[in-house]
Amino acid sequence: MSRILKYRELLLVAIILVLIAAFSARAPGFASPKSLANIFNDTSILIILALGQMAVILTKSIDLSVAANLSFTGMAVAMLNSAYPEVPLPLLIAAALGIGAGLGAINGFMVWRIGIPAIVATLGTLTIYRGMAFVLSGGAWVNQTQMTPAFLNTPRLPVLGLPLLGWTALLVIAIIATVFTRTVFGRSLYAAGGNPTAALYAGVDVGRAKFFAFMLSGALAGLCGYLWVSRYAVAYVDIAAGFELDTVAACVIGGISTLGGIGSVGGAVLGALFLGVIKNALPVINVSPFWQMAISGLVIIIAVLFNARQERRKGRLILRDAAKSRPVRMETPVEGAAA
Amino acid sequence: MKVFAKLAAGTALGLALLTGAASAENIKIGLVVKSLGNGFFEAANKGAQEAAKEIGGVDIIYTGPTTTTAEGQIEVINALIAQKVDAIAISANDPDAVVPALKKAAQRGIKVISWDSGVNKDGRILHLNPSSNELIGNMCLKLAADHLPDGKGDFAILSATSTSTNQNTWIAEMKKQLPKYPGLSLVTTVYGDDLADKSYREAQGLLSSHPNVKVIVAPTTVGVLAASQAVKDAGKIGQVYVTGLGLPSEMAGAVHSGATKQFAIWNPIDLGYSAAQIAYRLVKKETDGKPGSEINVGRMGKIKVGENGEAAMADPFVYDAKNVDEFAKIF
Repeated sequence: MSRILKYRELLLVAIILVLIAAFSARAPGFASPKSLANIFNDTSILIILALGQMAVILTKSIDLSVAANLSFTGMAVAMLNSAYPEVPLPLLIAAALGIGAGLGAINGFMVWRIGIPAIVATLGTLTIYRGMAFVLSGGAWVNQTQMTPAFLNTPRLPVLGLPLLGWTALLVIAIIATVFTRTVFGRSLYAAGGNPTAALYAGVDVGRAKFFAFMLSGALAGLCGYLWVSRYAVAYVDIAAGFELDTVAACVIGGISTLGGIGSVGGAVLGALFLGVIKNALPVINVSPFWQMAISGLVIIIAVLFNARQERRKGRLILRDAAKSRPVRMETPVEGAAA
Repeated sequence: MKVFAKLAAGTALGLALLTGAASAENIKIGLVVKSLGNGFFEAANKGAQEAAKEIGGVDIIYTGPTTTTAEGQIEVINALIAQKVDAIAISANDPDAVVPALKKAAQRGIKVISWDSGVNKDGRILHLNPSSNELIGNMCLKLAADHLPDGKGDFAILSATSTSTNQNTWIAEMKKQLPKYPGLSLVTTVYGDDLADKSYREAQGLLSSHPNVKVIVAPTTVGVLAASQAVKDAGKIGQVYVTGLGLPSEMAGAVHSGATKQFAIWNPIDLGYSAAQIAYRLVKKETDGKPGSEINVGRMGKIKVGENGEAAMADPFVYDAKNVDEFAKIF
């Protein structure tokens, strides 16, 4: 199985390299180290969010509220910073992680204890969190001049040619990769989504795993709230509108199975980078803006089609057969029992 | 865009009839705003008070609901009718919902006009737009020319969505008036969808794919801010300038960083001033406010009423390093 996954990631790397080569043929300088560092930096937020989304998708759920969570948390820390400029930045970042995790825990609680399907629960909180951001701010913007220079400029500080924002993404990738492959929590995410029944027998609390997956996704969304506000130097209610779909797309392109249990950190990161390269390339290669959206969508569908074919040919077939032979509504009673 | 939707008024409204009030008493003008506690309207009130002081014998009653609802405004209008005001100047939360209440006011001889955000034709005598599409298009070109040496060079437009009506109207006006600025050439128009991240990326794309572009004009608040940030992050301050339409509070940072020298937006003080002046002239029967008539509005000069009883006040007001901080406190 791992051989196939590696193959898919290599393929994605190859596709990204071909894309970069093709784009740089039309826009010289696109492949320069500086430009590539820029693209990675620009994609950092998407990478971090995609990793949170991945944790949730692994457990066979989905978190549609990440962008709304980002908006609320970003607004909250920006207002905190403008009202109390003396609060040190590490504390604000901790607050962002905390608020985000809290909002994620609400999603997790609804899915785990109340048993609402994840897509419905997070569709609801998507609206609620953005509404709360509006209530919190009264619709007003927090502007550049109201925030402290440290708050705005820290993620921009270049270290070895890459801004701290990019390093943050690398750090998150390293932590998440370790957690997903080396810890009980990480493995329980795969188990909970891959085969809930077997996971239960193996002593994994499926509902709990989902709860913590949502909390992780929320915490990372909260962190991104701060990063987003500092990057664009403004906080308003509509920031990152629709961004949750990009995170899902990044996961799907990266080969994270929406059926749960399959996917690697490398895949999610590459999926996000793939989107990042396209997003950064379209403005520089002089494609009509009217075509841009259509092209982005088309490329995503092709990538996913390709992935789906891969999935069907190998490995998944066995699981499908296993799935067929087990009772259809097994998952819900198991969760109930676990709770 | 929300801010622009609020500012860029749709239609005009104004209904003015003569009151039977004795001239010995002060003329009372009710200035009805979308909601109280909004810096933009506080500034408009400041302008209206200025007009009242200049004219003399005029009281401005500044009022409005606490939330931006049409219901709240209807209550406020009824209260003003009961107070027997001579004129009402309203920035409406809904172009239709307030019409019945305003008609009632008109029947009692109260002159009604709308400003900023308009009321349907039946509900008012005239509507005062802060500016006109033509003036806005011209102002965007003028700002671009002012940022270029001798007014010659390449510029690009960063708009909101490709389907946004007011943006497209302004861009069309800019293209139409471009011949008035020889040497100024429009290289391309890109769309940031009023999303901070997309606008930022589009601005970055402009910087790398069109190195000749020296000015980015963004007639949208999100776009002008994101482009300023992109220019700053790319270290191109002083080489590439960003200008367009934005609010002083939002743009103050960009002006201080040097990414923007000047930008424009209508001035709420002038708008409140003009609304009060027009309401006063109508009460005094100096004008009937019919389409085609010209109204004297004190220091703002003469304003001509056009089709549908809509009038455009003036060029958007230009903000720069000298006045941006002062206005940033207001809106």
